[in-house]
Amino acid sequence: MSTAFPATEVRHPIDPMLPSLAMIQAVKPEAYGISTFSMAFVDSEDRANYHFQPGQFNMLYLPGVGEVAISVSSDPGEPEVLGHTIRYAGSVTRAIGRLKPGDVIGVRGPYGSHWPLNKTLGNNLVIVAGGIGLAPLRPVILSILRQRDAYGRVLLLYGARTPADLLYTDEFESWQQRGIEVHVTVDLADENWRGQVGVVPQLFYRVRVDHKKTVVMTCGPEIMMRFVIYEALARRIPKESIFISMERNMKCAVGFCGHCQFGPTFICKEGPVLNFAAIEPFFGKEDF
Amino acid sequence: MSPSLPRVSASVAIPKASLQQVFDNLRAAAYLLIGPTVRDGAVVLEEIERLDDLPLGWIDEQQPGYYRLRKTRDNHYFDYSVGPHSWKQFLHPARLRLFSIEKNDGSWTIRPPQEMPPRYAFIGVRACDLAAIAIQDHVLIGSEFQDSHYAARREQVFVLAVNCSRATSSCFCASMKTGPKATGGFDLALTELPDIFLAEIGSEAGSEMLANVPWEAATAFDQGRASRVIQHAERQNERQMQTDDLPELLYENLEHSQWDEVATRCLSCANCTLVCPTCFCSTVEDVSNLRGTSAERIRVADSCFNRDFSHVHGGNIRPSIRSRYRQWLTHKLASWIDQFGTSGCVGCGRCITWCPVGIEITEEVNAIRAKAAK
Repeated sequence: MSTAFPATEVRHPIDPMLPSLAMIQAVKPEAYGISTFSMAFVDSEDRANYHFQPGQFNMLYLPGVGEVAISVSSDPGEPEVLGHTIRYAGSVTRAIGRLKPGDVIGVRGPYGSHWPLNKTLGNNLVIVAGGIGLAPLRPVILSILRQRDAYGRVLLLYGARTPADLLYTDEFESWQQRGIEVHVTVDLADENWRGQVGVVPQLFYRVRVDHKKTVVMTCGPEIMMRFVIYEALARRIPKESIFISMERNMKCAVGFCGHCQFGPTFICKEGPVLNFAAIEPFFGKEDF
Repeated sequence: MSPSLPRVSASVAIPKASLQQVFDNLRAAAYLLIGPTVRDGAVVLEEIERLDDLPLGWIDEQQPGYYRLRKTRDNHYFDYSVGPHSWKQFLHPARLRLFSIEKNDGSWTIRPPQEMPPRYAFIGVRACDLAAIAIQDHVLIGSEFQDSHYAARREQVFVLAVNCSRATSSCFCASMKTGPKATGGFDLALTELPDIFLAEIGSEAGSEMLANVPWEAATAFDQGRASRVIQHAERQNERQMQTDDLPELLYENLEHSQWDEVATRCLSCANCTLVCPTCFCSTVEDVSNLRGTSAERIRVADSCFNRDFSHVHGGNIRPSIRSRYRQWLTHKLASWIDQFGTSGCVGCGRCITWCPVGIEITEEVNAIRAKAAK
């Protein structure tokens, strides 16, 4: 046939839906129904090529069960072993919860936007997290600790429903000693709790920072983030300096499946970390 | 018969019966012909071989929630408008195996599908559907990630477009500026006249497919007749979508009472998203054997009207029909522009015709505009 016909040899770009294989290295219980699964790619090339930024996420896959979007919660400076802090909430996370070291899991990523550490250099940072919302912010803390002098004051305002729901409590002291001001609250105390009781945004009452030189990063339930934004704006921190991490149903993480749309935003591509100024018209809209 | 082939961008007249020769040429070039044919009282798109397969003499009457075929005395092949099918079912299949996976000795073997996708020749693509294909190109292969399955099908497609000779009451392509004339993105574009087809050559491949077809350069008379056919279809566009105030109109009226009103009629059945030629949403399912040692990962068409579409732990983001209809309409007409630079609507009217309760997209927008918050 003539050469005028369309080329018969078909390019096969690699399907972005194909996972790579990783092996569970360790499982560390963090809180009630929450563990951190550390995993490493089986293929050495995958291991060498994988790098992530704080706030990005992976799609974790188990055959016959399904796939779930989980933030990387480990140190971006050590991308050979990837930590994922997972709450057993649905069928996939419960199946992951049954994995043991040596088991195989499918991983593709990293996907999405990341926390703006560059914008934070030389500035103060207020990290506000609720419950498992601390997981995508832990890489921020670990990155800052690698060059603590490059930043101004760094505050962590963290809360959970009960003391048993707090994550990474064994690390708080070391973070505190290395220059992170850690403030913790719980909604519901038990008899051993000696700390603050109340919702997370209230911890803002302890914050005295120069609003012109302060960045806010927050992750948690949307209702919590709404009040965090309210408190930040009340302290004249500009909208452009407030960043939130959002969650939506995701099937593909590459912008094809349509599930994670939030107005004009694909949470999987432009998010999960979003600047508040960019999404303000839609944030908090009922059932949006 | 002309010994040589017409050059690209030429307009030529060919006898109607010689369209069979074009079909034969395409089949000889290993194309699988997909075109319009009458089945179950509708013009559907499926594999065709011969001119006899085309809906000769059939026209469709369409209204909100209404579609009927009627036989006419005009022996025209392409006087029908668009039916419930669109080309996305071939380029972006509703059910597709992404890979199969087997567990063995603690590790897994992942196998992507090995079979080559068919080499399609699309027969009778309308201008609105050409615009829809261009939109899906943008969504699925136009950004940093490429849908490899779509790409493998899309890059081989031969497009034989047809300019519309009539519009149904559901059509509003003229106001969306997508039709009724095909202006690009085709290999061949036909305008049907009572005695001949006027063929516009869109590519080298299109020219090649006129091998052994007796063609003549189109006369000014033929060209005049053809443009009057298209003008007639354009004038028949009764409906209009006013787009100059979109997307702001919808963004500023996310709490408009019309969303509650339409939710009392909308069944959330997802028909509109199934027939829409640009709707692209999908979900993924795993099908495993009973022992759990092997599984297939299947991509399945999904719809923002499905309740579980927005499910996250703890509930659904959009539990009400009001919120789901609002999501569909604001995505189609507003946020699509922010995401991909064009509207997600091409004015084909399928969502109007195939809505079981006859919800009419242009009327919904007008209702919001009539009582818009300022």
